[in-house]
Amino acid sequence: MSVEMLPGLAFYILSATAVGMAFMVIASRNPVHSVVFLIGTFFASAGLFVLLGAEFLALLLIMVYVGAVAVLFMFVVMMLDVDFVEMKQGFLQYLPIGGVVACILLAEMILLGAASLVNPGAGVKFAEDGTSNIEAIGNVLYTEYAFFFEAVGLILLLAMVGAIVLTLRKRDGVKTQNISEQIARTREGGVELVDIKPGEGIGS
Amino acid sequence: MIELFGMEWPWLVWKLVQIILFVVVLLVGLAFLLLMDRKVWAAVQLRRGPNVVGPFGLLQSFADFLKFVFKEIIIPAGSDKILFVLAPIITLVTAFGVWAVIPAAPGWVMSNLNLGVLYILAISSLGVYGIIIGGWASNSKYPFLGALRSTAQMISYEVSIGFILITVLLLVGSLNLTDIVNAQAGGFWNWHAFMLDFSDPKSLILFPVMFYMFVLFFISALAETNRPPFDLPEAESELVAGYQVEYSSTPYLLFMIGEYLNIVLMCAMLTVMFLGGWHAPLDIGGGFIPPIFWFVGKVVFMFFLFAMVKAIVPRYRYDQLMRLGWKVFLPTSLVAIVIVSTYVMMFGRPYMSMTVGVG
Repeated sequence: MSVEMLPGLAFYILSATAVGMAFMVIASRNPVHSVVFLIGTFFASAGLFVLLGAEFLALLLIMVYVGAVAVLFMFVVMMLDVDFVEMKQGFLQYLPIGGVVACILLAEMILLGAASLVNPGAGVKFAEDGTSNIEAIGNVLYTEYAFFFEAVGLILLLAMVGAIVLTLRKRDGVKTQNISEQIARTREGGVELVDIKPGEGIGS
Repeated sequence: MIELFGMEWPWLVWKLVQIILFVVVLLVGLAFLLLMDRKVWAAVQLRRGPNVVGPFGLLQSFADFLKFVFKEIIIPAGSDKILFVLAPIITLVTAFGVWAVIPAAPGWVMSNLNLGVLYILAISSLGVYGIIIGGWASNSKYPFLGALRSTAQMISYEVSIGFILITVLLLVGSLNLTDIVNAQAGGFWNWHAFMLDFSDPKSLILFPVMFYMFVLFFISALAETNRPPFDLPEAESELVAGYQVEYSSTPYLLFMIGEYLNIVLMCAMLTVMFLGGWHAPLDIGGGFIPPIFWFVGKVVFMFFLFAMVKAIVPRYRYDQLMRLGWKVFLPTSLVAIVIVSTYVMMFGRPYMSMTVGVG
């Protein structure tokens, strides 16, 4: 066993983990367990990124998908009150559609692999030696693809505003705190000193 | 020397010894910080605090440790057993994992990653799983509510922490924590919290912005680590103990160690990002006082502030907490990013004038 074999070994372990975990995501009965397995899949994929020398992408994958997206998945899945056994009934019914999608994805991957075999480095842009991950991605993102980058940002903003507009409802009779109003309150506006004469009281 | 996987064994053994030593030092330090926390809290309330075990109660944490370890582990019948046990382990492992990139003194770092800041953000964002899984696996109302609160809170404040860190990264131009510390060398006027370099008047614009960022980071760190006044996930008057209700003995101990490690980590982050890491505030006695002294001193001071906040400030209400995170911290830190990046575009990075060729 030599040191050259280590990356290969790591690759097989990581990809086997990723595939196994991904299978468990759909196979496990408990939806929360599914999310936990999904996190495992993300982790294994991040490991594969590290093997490819893309540490930036690996950390980003963990930060965005594991740290934020999967947390929200888990959040929703825990709160949902859905009969998951009933949902599982449709599993076989949707198998053909799922199979078609899987076949399309497989064909795409094979095409991509074949293309890179025929013409190495055609669709893939490697970082030049000496530049770090972030520099390479930043260079491409903010120069060549600056327009697309901005467009994606706008679309995301639009989606965000849309989601808020869809879910934000004005309800009557809800008491909310108005912070600036609270802070603007002074002693003069809030307190009134009344000199009460003995035996008379306030209000006549 | 035995060769396995092509590397020489002593290297591997040396690394392992380093890691074990690091963990032990961290745990022992944590034991005394825990005591300090309680002592400070007691002093504010005019009590003595723990003073029975050992001189001045110095061994109190070790007594607590033994007590936790020797009790029976109770796993509730209705709980999800695997996840119930997994949750505290996740908390502890991620809390320790982040420490790998924290530089304590020149060269004293387990792994000098180039993407250190990103690594910290990535691994510490996993810490929330310990809480949310623990809360759900307990299969009980209070833990579940605590877990939900905690998730929303930690995600919200992670966003503002990320933005605050960007201002520091813009000033330094590197994600390597050692570089960030070295950019603040020379004296306290170069620290990112103060930026009071009067020899370069235009850089004084940065002082109010960066000091504000320092304060924001401190408050966000309180929220991120579920410390009072933001301890809503375990608010004892509302949720008994939040996500920890069903935990006992060692699993609870793991949760507590993980939580305190995260607090100390936030103190270390404040030190590294804003308070110049191991650099002395004034360039005196540099030959006699080892750099680690300054680092530890600053971390302990920040921890003292954390303890004082816990003792003094009442708890926030949940909607106020969310409002603070999303409507105050997020917009103001975005404005700060605009100001700092404009400054960097116009005048260059402040420390480049002193150390030519870095960054």
